[in-house]
Amino acid sequence: MELLSGGEMLVRALHESGVEYIYGYPGGSLLHVYDAVYKQSAVKHVLVRHEQAAAHMADGYARATGKPGVVMVTSGPGATNTITGIATAFTDSIPMVVIAGQVMSHLVGDDAFQETDMLGVSRPIVKHSFSVKRPEDIPEIVAKAFYIAGTGRPGPVVIDIPKDMTMPNERYEYNYPKKVKLRSYSPPQRGHSGQIKKAVELILKAKRPVIYSGGGVIIDGSSDKLRALVDRLNYPCTNTLMGLGAYPGTGQRFLGMLGMHGSYEANMAMHHADVVVCIGARFDDRVTNATSKFCPDAKFIHIDIDPSSISKTIIADVPIVGPVGNVLDEMMALLDEANEQPDEAAIASWWKQIDEWRLRHGGRFDKNESQLMKPQEVIEALWTATKGDAFITSDVGQHQMFAAQYYKFDKPNRWINSGGLGTMGFGFPAAMGIKMNFPDDMVVCVTGEGSIQMNIQELSTCLQYGIPVKILCLNNGSLGMVRQWQDMNYEGRHSNSYMESLPDFVKLVEAYGHIGIKVTERDNLAQALEDTFTKYNDRLVFLDVAVDPEEHVYPMQVPLGSMRDMWLSKTERT
Amino acid sequence: MRHIISILLENEPGALSRVVGLFAQRGYNIETLTVAPTEDSTLSRLTMTTTGDDHKIEQITKHLNKLIEVVKLVDLSEGAHIERELMLIKIKAVGAQRAEIKRTADIFRGQIVDVSPSVYTIQLTGTSDKLEAFIEAIGPGCVLETVRTGVSGIARGEKVLSL
Repeated sequence: MELLSGGEMLVRALHESGVEYIYGYPGGSLLHVYDAVYKQSAVKHVLVRHEQAAAHMADGYARATGKPGVVMVTSGPGATNTITGIATAFTDSIPMVVIAGQVMSHLVGDDAFQETDMLGVSRPIVKHSFSVKRPEDIPEIVAKAFYIAGTGRPGPVVIDIPKDMTMPNERYEYNYPKKVKLRSYSPPQRGHSGQIKKAVELILKAKRPVIYSGGGVIIDGSSDKLRALVDRLNYPCTNTLMGLGAYPGTGQRFLGMLGMHGSYEANMAMHHADVVVCIGARFDDRVTNATSKFCPDAKFIHIDIDPSSISKTIIADVPIVGPVGNVLDEMMALLDEANEQPDEAAIASWWKQIDEWRLRHGGRFDKNESQLMKPQEVIEALWTATKGDAFITSDVGQHQMFAAQYYKFDKPNRWINSGGLGTMGFGFPAAMGIKMNFPDDMVVCVTGEGSIQMNIQELSTCLQYGIPVKILCLNNGSLGMVRQWQDMNYEGRHSNSYMESLPDFVKLVEAYGHIGIKVTERDNLAQALEDTFTKYNDRLVFLDVAVDPEEHVYPMQVPLGSMRDMWLSKTERT
Repeated sequence: MRHIISILLENEPGALSRVVGLFAQRGYNIETLTVAPTEDSTLSRLTMTTTGDDHKIEQITKHLNKLIEVVKLVDLSEGAHIERELMLIKIKAVGAQRAEIKRTADIFRGQIVDVSPSVYTIQLTGTSDKLEAFIEAIGPGCVLETVRTGVSGIARGEKVLSL
């Protein structure tokens, strides 16, 4: 039997758990582990410039691949710097394993140098956490952490490792468990057949159905099954912000995103629906608007792997707890056996109504209103330049909504954004994590001049590892979404939403050894984008695009209203 | 409505803080909480009382069940059950009051477990209502100190909460 130190066991166990990259930052309590990392080559370590970025890199990787991303940070500030990243992953149900160093066991509780109660600090934002008490437990704890992070409703898991658990001269038998079993954790494997049968009966009776799907479909890798169901039924489908790409964005049956900045037709269809089939989504407040006025005529079928999501904000008429893929399989089988078919006449007239709504608004914006470029047209140009096939990450704000509305995602796992927590500074490191694992794909971070500055130090990491992500900065010189709310609700008092001292981004990225291109004229945009993806394909390119600061994101739901209460432009209301 | 939630919990450091943290984090209220290891030393049994409408209680039990260390959970108030709470109460007892307090303690099947010239310490077991009724009967003016364990509960009949 091979004897390994705790540090060596940790690295070996990560390798056995399928880890290729660790994103992290060394420090005192982890030096034994970092020495073990140095002595092997199976697991590669990526040194970030701030631990928050390490968490977002791991998160981006996880969202693109479906596999847990791995973060490694030292105790104290190293660990607490990951908190925003862990919370981001937690809110969006992203699998992640965070290895946090800790001071020596005998110093825990003494307010030692770089000591923080990481388990306590992270407790509300993790799926689970472990503290290592004996070095020989490390392989099993790692295996359990990956199992918990990646199964059921995924989420981040923290492993807190005191320094004395990793001593290089103390060696133990290494046993990585072949199979992990926890008596108190068994995620649902299938939905309740009786409930699924009820759901299918209700679906077939629907006259004005909407299929509303979310991130759960993508996490479960069940986009194909969703598409099959939607197409077979010929029912309209809308996706949440987290669910974009599950159903093709260019598909005829796709209504666009729903919710606060959802499309007119999606929100109208939801409001008038008689049956809403919610698949892997959670009736978030950014979707429902006022729950008391939400879909007044609808019966709700709710499929979710997490029972606590069901009937939390909207009471489900047919709740189904189970993995989306399995439930959709069973639904399809029941549809095959059923004698009934959807009510074709009713569905045809429902589509007629939806098509009228589509004509009414249809995601239009006024290109010629100003000399300045509109952010929407920049996103459309990006879509054209990348043929709609890039990984698009985003930060948070107007640019995020414009990207969600105007970049039509035809594939799942391509739209990577912090939907639940709304973390500015997420997009760039997330793009880096993706690019390192998909070197041949186009990876673009759509951002704003506010968000990008929240993790801009990672330009240095990109230089070190040669990570040629593309950054498309919609520069409107202000915190656009804050400004929009101030315009709409605070009589235009732009309190602290104006970035009065922006850097010269081109010079900044050049200082970091990358390519910067400033675009101020509409006529230069297409060429700049082409250069970005051809001439400078192997370089990090920062496109600083000046856009109209007066532009607002529409549609926008009227606060405390129903789904159909929307502003469609600065002057037009439903 | 008041509910008694009984949990088999992994007897591990940090498990209790997750349960308690969940209540704080989601704005739920804990009225009483008792916890101790069971005959199986890897498990603790935890009983808590909380109040809320059905929707809230459903959310509480769902979220508790999601905690990895929660092995089994039952809402005892959904079925026939026995609930008990133990109270130690110090009562000012001088002169004629001494006999009166003793009589009242007897009526409630309490035991005087410590005596001093001016104080009785009484041990009383029962439902929370009974303990409150006793305090009421003694008269709050005489009560010097109370210590209550919080509710423990178990289902009636054949039903057991075990692995």
